Amino acid sequence: MPETGSIEIKDLTVRYRNKIALDGVSLSIPAKGIYAIIGPANSGKTTLLKSINRTIESEAGVSVKGQIFIDGRNTKRIRDIYELRRRIGMVFPLPVGLPLSIYDNVAYAPRIAGKHARSELDEIVERSLRQAALWDEVKDRLKSLGTMLSGGQQQRLTIARALSHDPEILCLDEFSIAVDPVTTMRIEDVLVELKNKMTIILVTNLVQQARRLGDLTCFMNMGKVVQVDETEKMFSDNPGNQLTYDYVHGVFG
Amino acid sequence: MCALRGPVCSFLTRLRRILRIVSERTIVSLIFLCGVSAVIFVFGIFFFVFREGAPFLRHGFDAKEFFLSPDWYPTSATNKRYGILAQLIGTGTVTLVAMLVAVPFSLGAGIFIAEFCGKKTREIMKILIELLAAIPSVVWGFIGLMVMNPLIIWLTGAPIGLNVLNAGVIVGLMSVPIIVTIAEDAIRAVPDTYIEAAEALGATRWQLVRKVILPAAKSGLLAAVLLGVGRAVGETMAVLMCTGHSINIPFDGKAPFFHVLDSVRTLTATIAAEMGEAPRLEVNADGTFPAEALHYQSLFVIGIVLFAVTFVINVTADLIVKGIRKRK
Repeated sequence: MPETGSIEIKDLTVRYRNKIALDGVSLSIPAKGIYAIIGPANSGKTTLLKSINRTIESEAGVSVKGQIFIDGRNTKRIRDIYELRRRIGMVFPLPVGLPLSIYDNVAYAPRIAGKHARSELDEIVERSLRQAALWDEVKDRLKSLGTMLSGGQQQRLTIARALSHDPEILCLDEFSIAVDPVTTMRIEDVLVELKNKMTIILVTNLVQQARRLGDLTCFMNMGKVVQVDETEKMFSDNPGNQLTYDYVHGVFG
Repeated sequence: MCALRGPVCSFLTRLRRILRIVSERTIVSLIFLCGVSAVIFVFGIFFFVFREGAPFLRHGFDAKEFFLSPDWYPTSATNKRYGILAQLIGTGTVTLVAMLVAVPFSLGAGIFIAEFCGKKTREIMKILIELLAAIPSVVWGFIGLMVMNPLIIWLTGAPIGLNVLNAGVIVGLMSVPIIVTIAEDAIRAVPDTYIEAAEALGATRWQLVRKVILPAAKSGLLAAVLLGVGRAVGETMAVLMCTGHSINIPFDGKAPFFHVLDSVRTLTATIAAEMGEAPRLEVNADGTFPAEALHYQSLFVIGIVLFAVTFVINVTADLIVKGIRKRK
């Protein structure tokens, strides 16, 4: 069985009314490993993630052109977009605890997928929370509100939630924005552990984070892909592209 | 800066400054007056209603009879009775039917407008629903009289179509706009991030509404319903025209539920219909009250009861809404 979780993006163009957010982006994201995407604000990173799980379509005034293939399947042809979304875990910049208990937060996705057996849910919740390095902190208060946790804990809760349906692909959008450095390091450790099991797309505004974690790094600017390469090469003294060099070394951005 | 020099200039600048301060103060105090006037009016109404009803409270008032007796004979020559149980139940049943009609419709409409329809449809729907609120209540009463009345007779075979069902449907439709507007606000106040997160987890539109939006907007929706109840309790003209206006308790002891095809009378309709013919008499020379005067005053006591009911409902709704704001 071939490894699952590869993504092929072909000539993706996304417009918000008159504004171009993505301008003919083509990327080939291999299965497994961490694929880091860096770039200044407004370079289309978030739009790219939203295009992958097709949540972009529920925003008003958006037009999407181009194709995205996941494991060789064109996502536009997938009838059941909810099924598609369940295969992709998504973590947003600001932690979003749904107004539910910790347990229900994590059990939300399995439940809407039709899993209701208590023992099965218990197992999923524990596994996901362990994977997100949160289990030990919350195991005694699974019934309390998820929104009462600290920011860093909430972010790990959203990661646990994203992991609850055993996704092939995990997308993280600037997860460390609202998280303290210690928690950031813990989540980074979690990601390193997870990258053998799934494809992780890490959008980050911290170039050093991409350097620490990324197997491949993609640099985007103004809705276009500037360069994709081995992370080491991207951060070397001679990445082969002046713009990349300038951004990575903090000349602009 | 100033074309003139010396003392004239300094006088002019000073004058301008004084004028500015004076106008500033005037405007501030005017605005303050406008703000306070609402409070003054509320207390004024409260005071007036109490003053008019007070002699009845002192003289003819018997709480047990007033609230528990269905006998309302304020104009009888020999046997005056002041019992509002029938009207209380009338108001209660009409409100209940109104809410049974209005709540599902309005919450559905609120959810649809807030989450399911496009921007253009939303604007059109909102205008139409607010238009519903602009229809005068006498027109609603007319619809009840001329449309609902024959319809109910035709559908159910009841002898008359002016009853709890008729008034309930009409009042229900009348409270739809207020419930929809507030419910929609409550639903739209649910953070977009919740919706984004649930969508990314693969929730369908309906799962999103049921599991995330409704729980998050719960208190706002409750407040919307309570305000609708307040509207239904206070409605007068339409119920006066649609209930049949007869003193009757729509229970017969056997059925667990009330009869929606019975005519009733509500508290508000009683005041509206009888106020015109109840004489407002002065105190006798010996300080006692002419018995005929109690009719007028008892109507004001009904007013106090209504005031208390709507006050409690509105304050509850208000506290709930405040609770929502605080949590955010």
